[in-house]
Amino acid sequence: MITKRIIPCLDVRNGRVVKGTNFQGLQDVSSPVELGKFYSDNGADELVFYDITASAEGRKLFTDILTEVASTIFIPLTVGGGINTLEDFDRVLKCGADKVSVNSGAIRDPDLVRSAARLYGDQCVVLSADVKRVDGQFRVFAKGGREDTGMEAIGWIKRCVANGAGEVVLNSIDTDGVKGGFDLPMLEAVSDAVDVPVIASGGAGSAEDFVTLFQTLPKVDAGLAASIFHFGQVKIPELKGLLKENNIPVRL
Amino acid sequence: MTGIIDYGVGNLFSLCSSCACIGEKAFVSGDPAELAKADRLVLPGVGAFADAANKLRDTGMAAFVRAQAAEGKPLLGICLGMQLLFEKSYEYGCHEGLGLLKGQVVPMEGRLPAGLKIPHMGWNALEVKGGTLLAGLSGQYVYFVHSFFAENCAESLSAVTEYGIPITAAVERGNIYGCQFHPEKSGNVGLSILRKFVRI
Repeated sequence: MITKRIIPCLDVRNGRVVKGTNFQGLQDVSSPVELGKFYSDNGADELVFYDITASAEGRKLFTDILTEVASTIFIPLTVGGGINTLEDFDRVLKCGADKVSVNSGAIRDPDLVRSAARLYGDQCVVLSADVKRVDGQFRVFAKGGREDTGMEAIGWIKRCVANGAGEVVLNSIDTDGVKGGFDLPMLEAVSDAVDVPVIASGGAGSAEDFVTLFQTLPKVDAGLAASIFHFGQVKIPELKGLLKENNIPVRL
Repeated sequence: MTGIIDYGVGNLFSLCSSCACIGEKAFVSGDPAELAKADRLVLPGVGAFADAANKLRDTGMAAFVRAQAAEGKPLLGICLGMQLLFEKSYEYGCHEGLGLLKGQVVPMEGRLPAGLKIPHMGWNALEVKGGTLLAGLSGQYVYFVHSFFAENCAESLSAVTEYGIPITAAVERGNIYGCQFHPEKSGNVGLSILRKFVRI
């Protein structure tokens, strides 16, 4: 039985993890390499590194760090942030990324998903969609959730999957940061619409939120979160123990 | 020393890093003369079977790998590299593989119970059936990403994983080894498998 995946997301700016705080036994919580290793040793099934740097120097630093991470951590790595061209795919894959996540890049260039999937395979292309309710409709947002594209989200996600996106990370802007649980209606709409893995993102505030997610929506494959893991509110081994108690298959 | 076969398919970064991590000297090469010096060979691979099989043949690597295998050199195929060890694959047509193991590669589509997603992607448990490489690892989780799988390979089958039906997870026959999963992405369990392979 394939297990549900628990995925910490590390936002990296100028070579440092944003939001990192207090971890016992970890000297530098802002080091992407140390924090990544910590998660890998403590039950994370996969890691997502998101480059939120704007500058070219920051980008170079990010790829250097990615190389170091991929040399020391042997679980799947997904990399996103600033992926706009096939050259960007190439750059992060050469540093050891297994999957590449596209967001605004796929909105700007409708052909990016298709050409990347053709070159690197569907399993390599992750669509990261920032979605928010506007006038009773799910809408795709660009630029880190700041810009309403006007596009209806479910249809757009379906088109990206048809073009070769092998996985969808659904970030609900409506629940993000609220810590009141994942956006179950939005996740249900997306997982009913596509047959590739769907990763829930945005809204997790407790371990129980993951139990609710996987019990309510067995079609969802993974749960992603950042701050609740970084701040130590939810510890992955304990989270997985709770999931197992609730008969949800996890890798322990 | 481990030779990682480079025939223009796949990302070899993690494989090299994981060899370094277990203290094994490894090199990537597409040159048979160089690879012949290695104590053991790894055949990696991602992507389409036909494309990879053609590249193996066109580069002369297919004949070289068969010859090395016949001499008894340990060979480990990973993911598509494992599938290439078989006689043929029905991935979009019918294509010949290396023929080092009896069996064929078939699509999951139409063979899995309804509701299971394809590709089979994520961590799944090993059920070890035999062989030496995975001895003692039943119940351990490893990382899979694939849409096709080997069947009719009872002669070499060493482990399966359950995904609606038993899916071939690993094979072993004499000096020929194959893993459908990615040991280089399977955490400490994966590293332990690679460590065992390089000590054969």
